[in-house]
Amino acid sequence: MNREVPQWVLSVNGAEHILPSTPGRRLSEVLREDLGLRGTKVGCDAGDCGACTVLLDGAPVCACLTPAAQVAGRAVTTVEAAGDALLERLRAAFLRHGAAQCGICTPGMLMAARALLDTSKAPSRAEAEEALGGVLCRCTGYAKIIDAVCDAGVGAPAAMPPAGRSVGARVERLDGAAKVTGTERFGADTAPEGAFLVRAIRAPSAPARFTFGDLDTWCATLSGGVHVFTAADIPGENCFGTIPPFADQPALAESHARLRGEAVALIAGAPDVIEALDLATFPITWEAIERDLVHDHRPDNLLITGTVRRGDADAALARSAVVAEGEMRTPYIEHAYIEPEAGIAWMDGDTLVIEACTQAPVMDRDDTAKVLGLPPERVRIIPATAGGGFGSKLDLSLQPLIGLVALKTGRPARMIYSRVESMASTTKRHPSVMQARIGADGDGRITGMTFEGEFNTGAYASWGPTVSGRVPVHASGPYYTPHYDAQAHARHTHSAISGAFRGFGVPQAAIMQETLYDELAGKLGLDRLAFRQINALQSGQETVCGQVVQGVGISACLGALDACWHAALTRAEAANAKGGTLRHGVGIASCWYGCGNTALPNPSTIRVGITPEGRLCLHQGATDIGQGSNTVITQICADALGLAVQDFTLIGPDTGITPDCGKTSASRQTFVTGKAAELAGRSLRARILSLSNMGPDAALRLEGAQLIVSDGSSERRIDLTMLEPDFHGYALVAEETYDPPTTPLDADGQGSPYAVYGYGAQIAEVTVDMILGTVRVTKITAAHDLGRVINPLLAEGQVEGGIAQGLGLALMEEFIPGRTENLHDYLIPTTGDMPEIETILLEVPDPEGPMGAKGLGEHVLIPTAPAILNAIRHASGGLVRQLPALPHRVLAAIREAQ
Amino acid sequence: MTAYLRPASVEQALAALAEGPAVIAAGCTDLFPATDRRGLEGRVLDITGIGDLASVGSVAGGVRIGAAATWSDVIRADLPAAFDMLKEAAREVGSVQIQNAGTLVGNICNASPAADGVPCLLALDAEVEIASAHGLRRAALSEFITGVRQTVLAPGEMVTGLIIPERSLGGRSRFLKLGARRYLVISIAMVAVRVEMIGGRVVQAAIAVGSCSAVATRLFGLEKALIGRSLAELSAPLDASLIAPALSPIDDIRADAAYRLEAAAELVHRALCDVAEGFA
Repeated sequence: MNREVPQWVLSVNGAEHILPSTPGRRLSEVLREDLGLRGTKVGCDAGDCGACTVLLDGAPVCACLTPAAQVAGRAVTTVEAAGDALLERLRAAFLRHGAAQCGICTPGMLMAARALLDTSKAPSRAEAEEALGGVLCRCTGYAKIIDAVCDAGVGAPAAMPPAGRSVGARVERLDGAAKVTGTERFGADTAPEGAFLVRAIRAPSAPARFTFGDLDTWCATLSGGVHVFTAADIPGENCFGTIPPFADQPALAESHARLRGEAVALIAGAPDVIEALDLATFPITWEAIERDLVHDHRPDNLLITGTVRRGDADAALARSAVVAEGEMRTPYIEHAYIEPEAGIAWMDGDTLVIEACTQAPVMDRDDTAKVLGLPPERVRIIPATAGGGFGSKLDLSLQPLIGLVALKTGRPARMIYSRVESMASTTKRHPSVMQARIGADGDGRITGMTFEGEFNTGAYASWGPTVSGRVPVHASGPYYTPHYDAQAHARHTHSAISGAFRGFGVPQAAIMQETLYDELAGKLGLDRLAFRQINALQSGQETVCGQVVQGVGISACLGALDACWHAALTRAEAANAKGGTLRHGVGIASCWYGCGNTALPNPSTIRVGITPEGRLCLHQGATDIGQGSNTVITQICADALGLAVQDFTLIGPDTGITPDCGKTSASRQTFVTGKAAELAGRSLRARILSLSNMGPDAALRLEGAQLIVSDGSSERRIDLTMLEPDFHGYALVAEETYDPPTTPLDADGQGSPYAVYGYGAQIAEVTVDMILGTVRVTKITAAHDLGRVINPLLAEGQVEGGIAQGLGLALMEEFIPGRTENLHDYLIPTTGDMPEIETILLEVPDPEGPMGAKGLGEHVLIPTAPAILNAIRHASGGLVRQLPALPHRVLAAIREAQ
Repeated sequence: MTAYLRPASVEQALAALAEGPAVIAAGCTDLFPATDRRGLEGRVLDITGIGDLASVGSVAGGVRIGAAATWSDVIRADLPAAFDMLKEAAREVGSVQIQNAGTLVGNICNASPAADGVPCLLALDAEVEIASAHGLRRAALSEFITGVRQTVLAPGEMVTGLIIPERSLGGRSRFLKLGARRYLVISIAMVAVRVEMIGGRVVQAAIAVGSCSAVATRLFGLEKALIGRSLAELSAPLDASLIAPALSPIDDIRADAAYRLEAAAELVHRALCDVAEGFA
């Protein structure tokens, strides 16, 4: 007899779906997994991020908090909704304003905004901020999202620039459409039929030894077929790391865990079986152990020390007119991208294919191959769209885990980290304890500086060597410092792994140096901006590494801020004259940042070709994690070649079909990959001009399979079908590699670590509540030297987003393992926390960068926190020396100063 | 026992509860964050299908807030100025998404020390209506929550609503929440203040502080001291000894205990000043 399965009817975007009854299931799961409507994103499963916002009878709710039972008979609207005029306008406005960067929060933002437009046709900024306050974004700093929502009713899309004119234009993201329609494919959005679901068993604390019970018996008690994998199943070398000489991290721990959250075993099987498992029943025994050394071969837990020495710093300080010294402490900072790590692996013949979130596909390929005992060519990485990265997705996370399951079972293997799992097990910004002394002479010129920093690199090396290398190179700030002695130690602890996070330790160092600069200016009686201008590094001067630099833009940035600075000081003074518990203050800080790997090769290769059918293909291997490489690299190549951006078809950083453009880190893609794109574009152009025998100023255009070259007086046609296609199928093709010229640093850190530097300075205006210690940042004015602004729209987005992260670092963010592993205890700024941001983009061309361009991505975050701390001190007298500057710490600092 | 029950009446709900224990679900904004599962498990009693539980409005003897009434329902309801603080608190709960789903009764049953609704409801002298197969009983909110995540709710019982008595519907009110960010924030400290004045003098004051003790608490000493004060005196500095002894804050990631005491006193002062301004 057939038993009737209870069913329910779900109405989504006007369509009715009949589903098996699952009344307690999260609506987010029903939409994504049962209906395949994966436009709705899941960032936390706790209502903390709002990425899963959908409309229920028009009202926004978190789908992750809504049981299916409550939806029956009601209308659900998701980002996939078609034919909704207001939603269409919002989508267009998001693209026009650059409101979607990585795009993971975009569906939630669009839904929350759509509900607002029902009640307010032309919302004010305040209304938009309140309506979107429940959706977190880690990329944009919200400014452009609010702009888009307030402007949804008006505005028309900007016209695409003509051939040869795309650099410098506010080109909308070329990959934006999928981000606003919900069709973008992030790591969690691919789930082929028959895929296994993978979950990890993780260490509850560390250091702790573990022993497995009877795994076979445990599996046998479970129905439905469950596979367990441990370190013993790993066929290759169970050791990876982003910097091969320091590789020390197992994919699965072998006998003891070095950090809370470390994976020790995998469980794989059919999704319904794995979802239903109670992992607490897994047979494992944990025993806390006493261990001082994290790695036996690293005495004192010292991973590495980075040093830069020049002249005699102590002697210079001794003869200085004024000296400032101090200590600063910063905590672990979590990247808090809204997309927890996710991906899928499958076998394609004997090739293991992994589609997962990443910033570094070729590094993923090589390290995964090593762990799994495969030659690199048998691993193919297809980067899924990354829902934010900021440095953490440079490291392997789930790649070797899902790879192992796919390899061992032959079944596609899918894994999605929970928010807690993501926060506990992936890398963080290094906590730091820094001391420094800086001296100046009576004229206000810096005489010398010493810097000593302890950076907690956690359980594994990750990017610890890079942080300890970058910090002493940059700790002087962009100021001429003739005598200098700086050291940074990366030291292990049995705690969360510190790796790469936007700025590689430089933001921490800038907090130390820039707050001391304010103290020096005070002692000298100099205006704080003027004091910085006196010392600003100039083209032709030597850095603390002895490198003679050109195209230095810090003076230009400070100069551009001068009028804003005095206006802000006047504003603060006027406001303070009124009295009251709120005090107003202004602070300034600068940044510089070397683009690309530190004194190591880091080439990018760009291939651009035209098929016999006339399709212009750009193999764009720079992973676009939201920052905009897909657009910026295309703009550069377009102008170098002489065709329009809309002529291009982008082919992404799939290791199977696209040459290596290195990792998306170190603010290197616009510079390094951009330069390769410029060279490749020029090379293809030269080939075309020579084929057509036309002069250098000839114009190109594509008409079907015809490439037309004209110079005003004559016109030549190249019939692409007549050309013999190359190995890759291109009738015409160019491939160029660029590797920035650097020299290794000697034992004193002297050399040329970077070929290009970028510069910037920011002014923060704050109000401080003198009784409660609360701080409100009211305005940030940011001047950044980009050398050449390739895309102002996207550049502003980088600045605004970097400022949001800098504000979080200054005021609210602190990762505590086991305690703030969620997005309600770990706070990142919301729409309501962001100040007005005024961005000033400057162009001091770099002789090396493509069309003069410099990097920007990391620079933008560096000055924000010290500028805010300096502003708090200006307002209140109190300098917070331990971040974040929570109200109780600000109040304590005010009292200490009094 | 696994079942998801969604009764259409309180009687059906009570009958289900009488059969065995169940997790009572409404907005689910606390239930889902507490699990890493794909759905709610165990025996769940979803009360959102009971139509008359979602209402907010006047009843004989006061104002009733049904057990399934959401924060948004309260924001939209036509209520006297004594409820302004509750509406202010409602607008500060999580986000619009949370306000559209979360319920006030869920907030008190979850019994977090940082529950946004509790200080306001304490300052409104809210009574909790508790039903079981054996009948109805009422408990003062101050007696209903007994500790961190602890209430007097017994097996077989459910809360069907909150009653704000007539005597507490008067006056003006203000809620202030202090947190390290603007939205989606768990408070460091919060205060709810309701003051009724007749003839230029305070005749009734109700002041409650949250996040500064295991359970939000009324400041009876201070309330008593405020009786008879004039409008101008309402904004005067407060005697800290009438505030601190009633509180027992802890050090945590958001703030230290000493700071919480100071902040609570300052927030009470500011809320009183705001209320005074409203009367002026």
